Amino acid sequence: MISAVRRTGTVSLAVFAATGRACMLLMQMLYSIPSAIRRYGLLIEQLYRVGVLTLPIIIVAALFVGMVLALQGYNTLVDFGAESSLGLLVALSLTRELGPVLAGLLFAGRAGAALTAEIGLMKATEQLAGMEMMAVDPVWRILLPRFLAGVISVPLLAVLFTAVGIFGGYLLGVDVLGVDQGVFWSAMQQGVDFQQDVINGLLKSLVFGVLISLIAVFMGYDASPTPAGVSTATTLTVVLSSLVVLVMDFCLTSMMFQ
Amino acid sequence: MKRQFVEIIVGLFVIAGVVALLFLSLKVSNLNSVAVTDPYQVNARFDNIGSLKVRAPVTMAGVKIGRVNEIRLDSASYQAEVVMDISGEYKNLPVDSSASINTQGLLGEQFVSLEPGGQQEYLANGDHIRLTQSAVVLENLIGELLFSNSQGAKQ
Repeated sequence: MISAVRRTGTVSLAVFAATGRACMLLMQMLYSIPSAIRRYGLLIEQLYRVGVLTLPIIIVAALFVGMVLALQGYNTLVDFGAESSLGLLVALSLTRELGPVLAGLLFAGRAGAALTAEIGLMKATEQLAGMEMMAVDPVWRILLPRFLAGVISVPLLAVLFTAVGIFGGYLLGVDVLGVDQGVFWSAMQQGVDFQQDVINGLLKSLVFGVLISLIAVFMGYDASPTPAGVSTATTLTVVLSSLVVLVMDFCLTSMMFQ
Repeated sequence: MKRQFVEIIVGLFVIAGVVALLFLSLKVSNLNSVAVTDPYQVNARFDNIGSLKVRAPVTMAGVKIGRVNEIRLDSASYQAEVVMDISGEYKNLPVDSSASINTQGLLGEQFVSLEPGGQQEYLANGDHIRLTQSAVVLENLIGELLFSNSQGAKQ
């Protein structure tokens, strides 16, 4: 009985301590941003590995998500003779929710896990310690470019996801299901508000980008330097960042769209 | 060489993101038609506004000329006071124009429709529209219909 209570205490203390270390790491990274601008080549390289290489999965996923939205939406709307609202349905669900959330989830699985594994392995093979010996700050040299690349990539990927998804919905809705093209776009333009929907979706994805990148980088940096430790850290990155994306999405939605 | 390739690809990635955002703002959302340019405000009092909402469109002859900016209850007359932003393009609305609240389709969103009057003086910022017609509440309409039907049956 007491031991169960004690275990709960141990776990919660560990969680709080890890959150604190993550925040310290975030502050440390933010503090070294000015000196990172001088070495922007590092950032470009990470943007390529984190952002560009995630692009194919984003585009394919978005195309199919858009098409399935159009298909399901059409089946429901046609019963009420409201298939003219199909464009609006697809565009609103993508800009508000699916674009940022799915881009975030895919990013966490594709790039977040890779970041954690890479940094964790660097730590396990004592490359990070070696850098410190050479008076190179690993936070500045390794962690910061990866973190910034994630923060920049996720909004870009989310916007691309939304745009490609709408295109997928358009392909299926107009070309296959036969919704009128003009009605498809005009209903969309009438219902989607730039500030309310597009900008808020972008803000969401920015928040997700910061959270996922921080979790990925921190988990790698904080992993215990063993094979098992790295594998646990990679799993935790994917699980935690997916959960954080979904929970934060609920919180942000309830704040942005009353 | 490798370095240059990476830089070019990243540049393309960023440009693609910006283009997608432009697509979302211009083609998907109403950014190009949403701005009520250089607006002036006109008030109108209604007995009942139904389910009119802030940001609902204000139209004349079916053309959107502005949008509802604020809705509040005038506690002196117990009427709803609707403040509308009218686009500065349309400065020549006669002072005796009338406003009514209509519904798009049978069950759609409600909007304010203005009917032009005949006077030569024009509405200016802060003016009141005197002639108003309340929203048609569908439930009342059905109630009246049922009532008149039962009256007819009695006769």
